[in-house]
Amino acid sequence: MDAVFLALILMLSIFLGFELISKVPATLHTPLMSGANAISGITIVGALISAGSGTDMLATILGAAAVMFATINVVGGYMVTNRMLSMFKKKDVDPSGGKS
Amino acid sequence: MSLEIINLWYVVSAALFIFGLKQLGSPATAVKGNKLSSIAMLIAVVVTLFNENILPWEWIIGAILVGSLIGAITAQKVEMTSMPEMVALFNGSGGIASLMVGWAALYNVGNTTFTDITILISILIGGMTFSGSILAWGKLSEVINSAAVVFGAQRFVNALILVAIVVCSVMFCLEPSVESPYLYAVIALALIFGVMAVLPIGGADMPVVISLLNSYSGLAACAAGFAINNNILIVAGSMVGAAGIILTNIMCKAMNRSLGHVLFSGFGTVKEATKVEGEVKPINSEDAFLILEAAQSVTFVPGYGMAVAQAQHVVRELGELLEKNGAEVTYAIHPVAGRMPGHMNVLLAEANVPYDQLVEMEDINPRIDKVDVAVVIPAARNDENSPIYGMPIINVDYAQTVFVLKRSMASGFSGVDNPLFFGDNTRMLFGDAKQSIAAVVAEFKT
Repeated sequence: MDAVFLALILMLSIFLGFELISKVPATLHTPLMSGANAISGITIVGALISAGSGTDMLATILGAAAVMFATINVVGGYMVTNRMLSMFKKKDVDPSGGKS
Repeated sequence: MSLEIINLWYVVSAALFIFGLKQLGSPATAVKGNKLSSIAMLIAVVVTLFNENILPWEWIIGAILVGSLIGAITAQKVEMTSMPEMVALFNGSGGIASLMVGWAALYNVGNTTFTDITILISILIGGMTFSGSILAWGKLSEVINSAAVVFGAQRFVNALILVAIVVCSVMFCLEPSVESPYLYAVIALALIFGVMAVLPIGGADMPVVISLLNSYSGLAACAAGFAINNNILIVAGSMVGAAGIILTNIMCKAMNRSLGHVLFSGFGTVKEATKVEGEVKPINSEDAFLILEAAQSVTFVPGYGMAVAQAQHVVRELGELLEKNGAEVTYAIHPVAGRMPGHMNVLLAEANVPYDQLVEMEDINPRIDKVDVAVVIPAARNDENSPIYGMPIINVDYAQTVFVLKRSMASGFSGVDNPLFFGDNTRMLFGDAKQSIAAVVAEFKT
């Protein structure tokens, strides 16, 4: 894919990101941040591909380590966001409070 | 699957990310939004596995298993109070992953100079995000001193590092190779630069740094996308980047400071605040109870003190007792209370505080003089020599009576002394916030 085309995608997504986030209420800032954090783990896709075409062992190790770190980011990020958001949902279900 | 079909699936995935992020912005749909975005991630990962040029399977399975296990356990175990530390660590792992993606991409043959440059950018941002996040984690969990570290030649040193980064990058691009010493130099400098960037930032500014690092981790993924010509990385990465910048901006506005000021000023260490003189009026839980019982409207103003004492559950209990007693109860939340944006909201939600009782600073300030009692679980009021002067605040001192819960007279995490403690209508309730409130609750019940 040519660089100009990628740059166009970049520009559009940045605008989109600004549009999507600018009106989020303060209550949701923390979950939003950890949710966005999980999305940044998309680098896992890059990790899966990047090292594959070479035959170098070091590249494979780097790629595998990258996959691992990115997976932590993705799995941890989504799960913790979900945990937080479910707290916002449950009201007066458990009066003792959901101690984590 | 051919590359075209894989790319087509990436478009589906991107659309789901966008839709998920949009839904994450409204309380009613946030849970669904998070799920949509995780489905988008799953699609992106699964279709990538059909690419012929991926890592050997045994490596992939091993790495994903280990990563999922670590991620899942941390996500389940973490206390809501330590959320900022955890987000910092996750950011760091995203950052190091992008660094490694860039590094590994160097092993591909036939990279153009443009690709080499984007590889360097992903290594740089990834490395900075990693070391910066680890340092931020250290400061937040108070493994290391949370105060801002500023030394005289700091700007000079930073400028020197930047110049070195540029020089090494140019040298690398002239003769790109995985064995190039300039590659290692760039990696090392990126890591050092991340540390240097977070060092001068003090505890009180941590919410800003966390949002900013979040943004960087997205940009790092985005740069990695350019490095390996992958559009889903660019779309998702840049949306995260933009989101992080917006949150950073919101935090800065809430503190009435520019981003540049937060990043470079070494907050809280430059000037000596005026020594606050006055008499502190302590109060015991019995008197606090008598005042609260007579109050028609009570506002809780939680700060990080509530989180540290794990007092959110007793606070909610007291709130409910006060409501039964006929008082109007609200929780006023400062935009930068706690250590990441919205942190207090999460803690109160954890304790089942209904969210129509949570009010933001702009809404409470105009009517604060009608509040009989404001219970502060510490937050700041400042004079003009104070380093945080100018930061918009909740005007608790205009309330009829202010209770301040505090462990002792030592200054807090932000290292700032507080004239509020010496005000005429202020009563100090010393001791552990949780125990103090529990004592008041006990008074109500007898």
